[in-house]
Amino acid sequence: MASNKKYWKSEAELNPNDSIVETLRQNEFTEQIPVDEFLGDKENLSASNTNRRDFLKYVGFSTAAAAVAACEGPVHKSIPYVVQPDNIVPGVANYYATTIADGFDFASVLVKTREGRPIKIENNTDAKVNGSANARVQASVLTLYDSKRVQGPSANGEPVEWKVLDATVKAKLGSLKGSNRQIVLLTQTYASPSTDKLIAEFKEAYGENVNHVVYDAISEDAALNAFNEAYGERALADYDFEKAELIVSFGADFLGDWQGGGYDSGYAKGRVPKHGKMSRHIQLESNMSLSGANADKRYPMTPTQQKIALAKLYGKLNGSSVGGGTSDVDEAVDKVASELKKAGSKAVVVTGLNDVNAQTVVLAINKLLASEAFDAENPRYVRQGDTAKVGKLIADMNAGRVGALIMDGVNPAYTLPNAEEFVSGLEKVDVSVAFAFNNDETAQAAGYVAAASHYLESWGDAQFRKGQYTLMQPAIRQLFDTRQFQTALLTWMGSEKTYYDYIKETWSTDILQGGSWNKALQDGVFVASSPVAQEEGAVAASQAEAEEAEGESTVVPIASAIRSLVNAASTGTELVLYSKVGMGDGRQANNPWLQEFPDPISRVSWDNYVTVSKADAEKWEVENKMVADGGVNGSYVNLTVDGKVLENVPVIVQPGQAVGTVGLSFGYGKKAGMQSEMATGVNAYALYSNFSDVQSVTIEKVGGEHEFACIQSQKTLMGRGDIIKETTLEIFNTKDHAEWNHMPHVSLNHNEIPVTSPDADLWDEFDRSIGHHFNLSIDLNACTGCGACVIACHAENNVPVVGKAEMRRSRDMHWLRIDRYYSSEETFEQDNEKKDGMDGLWGEKGSLGGFREMEDPSANPQVAFQPVMCQHCNHAPCETVCPVAATSHSRQGQNHMAYNRCVGTRYCANNCPYKVRRFNWFLYNNNDEFDFNMNNDLGKMVINPDVNVRSRGVMEKCSMCIQMTQKTILDAKRDGRVIKDGEFQTACSAACSSGAMVFGDINDNESKVAKLKEDDRMYHLLEHVGTKPNVFYHVKVRNTNEA
Amino acid sequence: MKKVLYRHLFSKILGLSLLFFSISFYAQEEAAADAGGGDPAKGKQLFNQNCAACHSLDRKMTGPALANVESRLSEDQGLDKEWLYSWIKNSPGMISSGDSYANAIYAEYNQAAMTPFPTLSNQDIDDILAYTAAPPAKPVAAAAGGDVTLTPAQSSGISNEVILGALALVFGLLVIMLVLVNKTLRRIAEANGVVLENEKAEKRLPIWKAFAQNQFLVLVSAIFLLLASAYFAYGWMMQVGVDQGYAPVQPIHFSHKIHAGDNKIDCKYCHSSARVSKTSGIPSLNVCMNCHKSIYEYAGNPEGPSAEDLAAGHTNEFYTAEIKKLYKAVGWDEENQKYTGETKPVQWVRIHNLPDFAYFNHSQHVSVAGIACQTCHGPIEEMEVVEQFAPLTMGWCVNCHRETNVKMEGNAYYEAIHEELSKKYGVEQLTAAMMGGIECGKCHY
Repeated sequence: MASNKKYWKSEAELNPNDSIVETLRQNEFTEQIPVDEFLGDKENLSASNTNRRDFLKYVGFSTAAAAVAACEGPVHKSIPYVVQPDNIVPGVANYYATTIADGFDFASVLVKTREGRPIKIENNTDAKVNGSANARVQASVLTLYDSKRVQGPSANGEPVEWKVLDATVKAKLGSLKGSNRQIVLLTQTYASPSTDKLIAEFKEAYGENVNHVVYDAISEDAALNAFNEAYGERALADYDFEKAELIVSFGADFLGDWQGGGYDSGYAKGRVPKHGKMSRHIQLESNMSLSGANADKRYPMTPTQQKIALAKLYGKLNGSSVGGGTSDVDEAVDKVASELKKAGSKAVVVTGLNDVNAQTVVLAINKLLASEAFDAENPRYVRQGDTAKVGKLIADMNAGRVGALIMDGVNPAYTLPNAEEFVSGLEKVDVSVAFAFNNDETAQAAGYVAAASHYLESWGDAQFRKGQYTLMQPAIRQLFDTRQFQTALLTWMGSEKTYYDYIKETWSTDILQGGSWNKALQDGVFVASSPVAQEEGAVAASQAEAEEAEGESTVVPIASAIRSLVNAASTGTELVLYSKVGMGDGRQANNPWLQEFPDPISRVSWDNYVTVSKADAEKWEVENKMVADGGVNGSYVNLTVDGKVLENVPVIVQPGQAVGTVGLSFGYGKKAGMQSEMATGVNAYALYSNFSDVQSVTIEKVGGEHEFACIQSQKTLMGRGDIIKETTLEIFNTKDHAEWNHMPHVSLNHNEIPVTSPDADLWDEFDRSIGHHFNLSIDLNACTGCGACVIACHAENNVPVVGKAEMRRSRDMHWLRIDRYYSSEETFEQDNEKKDGMDGLWGEKGSLGGFREMEDPSANPQVAFQPVMCQHCNHAPCETVCPVAATSHSRQGQNHMAYNRCVGTRYCANNCPYKVRRFNWFLYNNNDEFDFNMNNDLGKMVINPDVNVRSRGVMEKCSMCIQMTQKTILDAKRDGRVIKDGEFQTACSAACSSGAMVFGDINDNESKVAKLKEDDRMYHLLEHVGTKPNVFYHVKVRNTNEA
Repeated sequence: MKKVLYRHLFSKILGLSLLFFSISFYAQEEAAADAGGGDPAKGKQLFNQNCAACHSLDRKMTGPALANVESRLSEDQGLDKEWLYSWIKNSPGMISSGDSYANAIYAEYNQAAMTPFPTLSNQDIDDILAYTAAPPAKPVAAAAGGDVTLTPAQSSGISNEVILGALALVFGLLVIMLVLVNKTLRRIAEANGVVLENEKAEKRLPIWKAFAQNQFLVLVSAIFLLLASAYFAYGWMMQVGVDQGYAPVQPIHFSHKIHAGDNKIDCKYCHSSARVSKTSGIPSLNVCMNCHKSIYEYAGNPEGPSAEDLAAGHTNEFYTAEIKKLYKAVGWDEENQKYTGETKPVQWVRIHNLPDFAYFNHSQHVSVAGIACQTCHGPIEEMEVVEQFAPLTMGWCVNCHRETNVKMEGNAYYEAIHEELSKKYGVEQLTAAMMGGIECGKCHY
């Protein structure tokens, strides 16, 4: 016996004299099953005239009868409105302009509602700033229908009524008025003029001891402070990357969530070569970020190296010499500096280093360059968190100086590195109210939980950038007994006003300047024609102040900033914390669409992980490997920061990760208020000490293997230049397109002919010249890989969520995937050369060893993203092999899929060269095995009524959003008009804010897509197969011209 | 011949009786007109045009009941005709002028101001008042007419039976005659000594044995039988899930015959979303109340319920009770003429159950193609209980798309397509199929 422990199943076992225990030890049941009694009764048995055969007959007949009876159709009830609202016509969608401002994501969006249910988020193209919905905003409509939502207010876990909560809070606030104990409002960033005004009034009402603390889970404190120092306002500089010809980024993932995000559309516009010119992007970073993946030149550097490089760069530009620091960055700095000098005001420098010195230096560089893309006069307000105040608040709470704490849009018990301290402090607060969406960590610790409304149920406003106002309006009535924070504040202030009235009042007095409220509400955005009068004075004063201050004192802080930057020294391995495109700060972690969304870089879903470079992986003996079931497994490590240990963190070996650094994403590891399926990953906030995203870490390998749900195991392109075609700007400008966009040739009668030639074709061509012929254009230069289209497709087409285990088996159902490829050499070009240069099987240039080498991406690879959906081939291989003609072709260019006809042979998927067909292995709706949004009534409200919910055993795939094209055609027919270009959209093309996806009718010669099809960069995926797809791509051009 | 004669007779009686009642009715009206100085016939017309939306003669509605309003006012309130003139022409003015009865009435009817009718002349108002003074005509004539109309219906039933009976009798007689002739012939034959060859016939093979021995015949008939049974089995299988003729009982007996047939209400008045949406929409109850706020009982057709209706129990009282069901569902308090807010949505039984995987858009067919509702839904205006008229099978859809010419004239969307497709197919009129209307994905996605 290895252990003396006694295990027992029931209390009775503890009693040694219990007879039942003794019996159970011998037998399965305490009493004998009376089998003999039944079988032994020969008389009865023989008298019975039901023998075994009869029994089977009865079973057979009753089954058949049941089957026949099932032919009778069920009775369906139809319940119309008693009083139908004027603006609702059943079957017709309404769109409302609103705004998401949840503290992390800020965007002006349109909400599509059907029969009063919001079902989809679309971009608001009228908005100049943040008018595009990223993947999380696209998915936020499902968060509205989160089954784990808090459905009503509660006190200490017991449901209460709002009036009880109101009375308690009001009484407490009244008693604290004038006392020396604080009333603290701990909130997210609102960027809302009305909320700011309301909080100011709240302060007036309850006196000096009201303290408003803004807290961003992922802090931009350094940038805010640096800007404040330079320009006298706690805000963030705005950048217009479209105007930049050279973008240099020091660890700023500006295509991700850097400083509130929303920069990708401007960036993408500058990246498309026009008149032989495109912007050049240099990225110096440690983790492989979305921005780094899109860069023309990427230098992997540790944060310390980045700081030193930044300091030296400033010296180079300024003409002063900056001594000290390591010299390993000098080469990069020289190159960057000379390019910057050449580009001058057309260049811009940004940094994501959460270091006030670095931010100050970057502001100074942009000023030095007189960068046109840099705008400090109209700053952004989308991050306002103040970590110093948060730190002080926790100290105050623990010291008992806080009487009431009201929280909204924050989850400090999860997102604070010192969450335990916060929770213990919370206990010392007399009244704590948490406005919570889920019963999360903070809600569980707080005394009162005020059920918060979703933004689609709320009124609100926001000012993303100075002068750019947006309005938030509810698209549905509160689903539950919830309330938004502002309404509660008004109530507690004793105001009779609704928050709607309050906003309207604020707008008509302060913002609209005589403009129409209704128009602003309809557009969702309002641009102040001139800065608001009262602010103007303040701004001018502060600017004058700043300028004055500059003359005397700027030299000193810059110099000291440079000094401290250049003296940065790393202590061992640096952990760089970042936010993932799919999860952000984790406030939507209970959203299955986002969990299932594969990370654009690692292609891993349902997890976070520590990313390590290949060199470090070898050093620590951690690895990723493919296992027999086709999945990817990774080693576990323990991360230790300042004595805090994060245990069993899985490892992903990340090409391009700077040696000496590891990365870990926020937003995972949330446990409270979550469905168990969605409680994935580890909580990186625990290591977010002092709100610094760079930490010194020690790594220790531990046993076991983690099973990843990674849906792309193929990492490199293996020199297959016909999948992603790539060239450099120089070649693109100087050489004929036949050279860099080569048309494959086939041999006919020993003559080489292009594969698109009719002679090379076995098929009878279908006449598509009449009516519409849809094509989708995807520009690999403009595509940043952000993944908004993936979620948009998910929402539009009722794509089911399959869960981690199925994802691991490559049974993902995404109709649209974004493939990510690394180059195995320095560039894809070199991959191609290496492949073409292979000779024989063995030897130095042998293909056996050569291909094996090519499987591994290089340490600092080039990255390419490629969205792939059904290519809607005109000569579709899938159609010819379907035994039941379930998939067939249309004259509009769409490849149709009739689900009710499909019998599930999967021949089509096997014959598809693009692997875009998805098979429903299981019933994904109303199935407890797949307990996601399609398994509960609330989550089903997001389903698009115009698209089928597919059943088990059926093949499905991208339909090129035929429900949308048909709707456009129908509307035009009804109005009796010709369809204009741009009216035809698919979910993905409508969601694409970077302009990479353009959809339209190529029979309309004037359409954008028809012109794009004639472009020299146009190519089809796997052209040589001869499928003649209706989706085409544009060759990726990299600006490798080093100035 | 007899039947025709009867019918003429009855219709004459009907005509006579109607004539009699109408004469007496007009006499009444004339008497009333003499008394008030107005023309009740003209008044009735004016009343229906201007007043009936809010007033009834003998019943409180949005406004008060107006039967004998003139005498009632002068007796109860001491108000003369002049007061009525000014009230009707400018009621808000009266209210603001502080007239006590005007304000009392205004308060009593939920402060719903009466629309002023400045265009009505005093003579018009006299006519209306004359109409309101005349006692409303009771539907006596209708009841009497009902009795009259019943008889011809019955008589036609009897005549059918008589014809059948007569036919049967004739056939019976023929059979008897044949037997008798046969008997007589035999007797004659016996008398003449002719021997009947019955014995020979017995030696012949029975026909079924002969059939069984002829293998070819057996084979052919077996194949025929198999094919026939396969045909019927197939036919039976194909109707599984096809609910043509499905006419479920609805929670409120809504008669399309009365609404769309008798009253000729346009289908799209109630099913308005058919114009713009994929669904035709079951009308919400507020649409019903547009009319049923004032139509609170079923007065029936002037001749009263037909025999058929009576047999089904569809009396006027029955229909009126159905209207009350509507009031209950929508929460309409008839007494006080206001909504209580207690609603009970009606759970209609869906008749046309198109499966989810088939996409059908009403507006495409109704607004764009201009197809009459009856094309697919059948003679709805004749249906007392709606039933599924069309089979709603894919074959049925596709057939129509193949055969029907698309209405393209005057639609700018179709111009280019029409021109090019006409050239391609060499026809002037295009069907939906030619435009790709039978491709799978057009309806299945």
